[in-house]
Amino acid sequence: MIKKISIDPITRLEGHGKIDIYLDDKGSVDKAFFQVPELRGFETFVEGRPAEDMPQITSRICGVCPTAHHMASVKALDALYGVQPTPAARAVRETFYNLFMFEDHLLHFYFLGGPDFIVGPDAPKGSRNILGVIDKVGMEAGKKVIEIRKRCRDLMTHIGGKPIHPVLGLPGGVAKQMTEEMRATCKAFAADAVAFAQFTMTAFNDIVLANKTYLDIVLSDVYYLETNYMGMVDDKNRVNLYDGAVRVVDPKGKEILKFDPRDYASVIGEHVEPWTYVKFPFLRKIGWKGFVEGKESGIYRVAPIARLNTAEGMATPLAQAEYERLFSTIGTKPVHNTLAMHWARLVEVLYAAERLVELASCEELTSPDIRNMALQTPSEGVGIVEAPRGTLIHHYKTDGNGIITQANLIVATIGNSAAINMSIEKAAKKLISNGNVTDGLLNMVEMAFRAYDPCLSCATHSLPGTMPLEVRIKTGPDTIVKTIIRNSDGSELTF
Amino acid sequence: MDDFNPTIIAFVCNWCSYAGADKAGGQKLQYPSNVKLLRVMCSGRVDPQFVMRAFRDGADGVMVLGCHPGDCHYRNGNMKALRRFRLFERMLSQMGIEKGRFKLDWVSAGEAKRFQETATEMTDAVKKLGPLHLRGMVEREVA
Amino acid sequence: MAQKPKVAFYWCASCGGCEETIVDLEEKVLDVAAAVDIIFWPCAMDFKYSDIEAMADGSIAVSFVNGAVRTSEQEHIARLLRKKSGLVVAFGDCAWMGGIPALTNLKSKKEVFNRSYCESPTVVNPEKIVPLENSVYQGVPMLLPKFYETVYKLDDCIDVDYYLPGCPPTVKLVLNAVTAILAGTLPRRKSVLAPDKALCSSCDRNETKPDSMVIKEFKRVHQVVADPKTCFLAQGIVCMGPATRDGCDYPCVKGNMPCTGCFGPVDGADQGARMIAALGGIIDAEEEKGIDRVLSGIPDPAGTFYRYGLAASLLGSKRKEKAQ
Repeated sequence: MIKKISIDPITRLEGHGKIDIYLDDKGSVDKAFFQVPELRGFETFVEGRPAEDMPQITSRICGVCPTAHHMASVKALDALYGVQPTPAARAVRETFYNLFMFEDHLLHFYFLGGPDFIVGPDAPKGSRNILGVIDKVGMEAGKKVIEIRKRCRDLMTHIGGKPIHPVLGLPGGVAKQMTEEMRATCKAFAADAVAFAQFTMTAFNDIVLANKTYLDIVLSDVYYLETNYMGMVDDKNRVNLYDGAVRVVDPKGKEILKFDPRDYASVIGEHVEPWTYVKFPFLRKIGWKGFVEGKESGIYRVAPIARLNTAEGMATPLAQAEYERLFSTIGTKPVHNTLAMHWARLVEVLYAAERLVELASCEELTSPDIRNMALQTPSEGVGIVEAPRGTLIHHYKTDGNGIITQANLIVATIGNSAAINMSIEKAAKKLISNGNVTDGLLNMVEMAFRAYDPCLSCATHSLPGTMPLEVRIKTGPDTIVKTIIRNSDGSELTF
Repeated sequence: MDDFNPTIIAFVCNWCSYAGADKAGGQKLQYPSNVKLLRVMCSGRVDPQFVMRAFRDGADGVMVLGCHPGDCHYRNGNMKALRRFRLFERMLSQMGIEKGRFKLDWVSAGEAKRFQETATEMTDAVKKLGPLHLRGMVEREVA
Repeated sequence: MAQKPKVAFYWCASCGGCEETIVDLEEKVLDVAAAVDIIFWPCAMDFKYSDIEAMADGSIAVSFVNGAVRTSEQEHIARLLRKKSGLVVAFGDCAWMGGIPALTNLKSKKEVFNRSYCESPTVVNPEKIVPLENSVYQGVPMLLPKFYETVYKLDDCIDVDYYLPGCPPTVKLVLNAVTAILAGTLPRRKSVLAPDKALCSSCDRNETKPDSMVIKEFKRVHQVVADPKTCFLAQGIVCMGPATRDGCDYPCVKGNMPCTGCFGPVDGADQGARMIAALGGIIDAEEEKGIDRVLSGIPDPAGTFYRYGLAASLLGSKRKEKAQ
């Protein structure tokens, strides 16, 4: 008799997601699935659209990370038209991009994923939210998060037109020149950003890492998954979010692939299952072996910890120090502990802030030479950036007039879709036995997927802090044996 | 499609094409009753929105008939119509509306026969295309 | 003590930008949160269909719904919220006019599935497996909501009281709307909560338009370096300003890119029809060949004029008589 536990819907995910967990006769978890019940068809409806419209159209794939799509898109346009952006354009783009990464990562940490860590899974549910975070880090810090985000968004508005769905990207350039006044604002902001990133890291150290219980959870095998890792690196194999080659390492950290964006299709394959709209990327070299771990599996992971695993260092000094500390604390490289994503995210926040300091001092940042107009006849182009949630790939084919004939998009989060499935199944299997669905289950299963910061984290105040979950244990399709409902105020009902 | 009787809306300008249609009537030149005339003062008056509405509200084909280039009563109203509807036609094909369902043409006040021919040809062409299925005609998919 | 009005937020086929714009209210969101009782917000708060089902009809003061309707699940929740709410506000272009996802209406569901799951440079799927509403995996029946043939806007499914335009709606617009709701000063029902005039009326580049504007050539944005102070149309660059509603403070134009029309048309207008009429009037050519040459600078009229509003357009949307 199959017993099914449905967590439907889960929240803080793009569109909706649902999790189904099946128990065997002994009450242990037999299988678990993470289904994505949504598809919008961007790859199809962009056919017939002018390529230069793509940065603004594809940004609507996600309203939380529109800049990632905008940037991958404009890099695909560069390749399409056979141009390099001018030095000024590149500096403006990178500045805009690091502003975005800084803000997005930080928001996830304070409002979404962070509470799991900062307040802890054992804490009263009512405090596992931004208010609980503020409680731990102080009201001043809480206000500062809002303030620093506001300054960041204002800067983005000046440079890119709009913070949500920016307009600055053009092949070979950007639309608007940056002024000296803006440079000064950026410089001042960047200095404060570094300070705030450090403050956040210190808070994380004091509250999470110094607490043995939390550290144990991070290192436990509930959230441990051995996979290959993918991330973009510069020519010294250091993490680079905007540009570079893409590197893949195996579970032991050995490089198995390094490829140029234009070769991505020979490296990455996508697997389809009929029970979910999301696809599952895998390494062609190894092949799709199913939802299994290890170096014999074609599955790989992306996003913060994957990037740090794939690289050999960070390109800025403070981030580099934190990078080293992360690996020496956990004791291995690569780190396979999924919850370390949160920590790696903070290392990247620091890197983005330091990079902003560097860029704000670039002479070419305010140059009027923002457009490379030597466009070739277009036919095909690939653009890759590291989005907050992983390696993001835009691939366009056009006719000679620059009208899209075919598009292929590998969106960041799906790099982790197989891993999310496996992480949830593992967490469920290790936490549930004898048919007992404990209160802790709800929190722990959430933590398994939330660490990945799945595509849409609507980075708002998680006012009540808890994700709504309704867990129904069924015997057969219509007989509900037990229901546990967790409410927004943290209370639970079991009946 | 033998039993398909298309509805054709024709926007005809007062000074030329309407007069031509009138003359055809006076000369007892038969033209298909599928073609319904809507008189406007000038083809330049025809807003693309009228044509869209006609399609949406049941027309299988739409015509705009104005004065020949150079002969417009208002000097260049027909030229405005030409520019607008050339852009309009490009868009129609993108929206899956077959070429031949919309026609912009010139008929002068004296061209009764030309009016008859234009109306008849249009009706025949649209008959062959069958009823118009606008994308939005998809039946509701949920109760 | 007076009860605070209950407010709900929901997303259909949405990118999340509309939720994000609420975050951009920054400190002002606290004022809003203090004045209302948010009882439903799946992206941030407890979310249970059963909670909503248990509420009395009309007990939610306002539901803000963003996103287009693409699946059976989304339609179901939209209907549920309508039943339980006094007012329903279509928040953002997707809910109002279909938004960018509605561009799929120029294609078929079959093409979407084929491109996503079969014909792609990276998909490895020799058996041509596609997602199904009902499937069996490892002996377990699996369900997915039905993916509709067409993208619908919200008022194709339910009665909508007000519309907030934008992709996403601007912070200013949202605050104005919320203030009006709380103060009870909303305009007549079915209004779009933004000025009913074209963007050009407030754009600071308007005064650079020549008295007699004629276009000899339309240039695409990547083919020309746009002057940051002159009207785009006067430079031969297509700008949707003349056919687009005012109220956004034109951030795109300030970013030196032309308006793409995200505030939608003014009342009673079809955005594409308005743009065709406007552009047609100013093309500087007298015969077919010349006109076509100028028009080659607009290679994608449907996508350019209806980027956000295909599901609300006269030709790209449902016919009235089929609406029941």
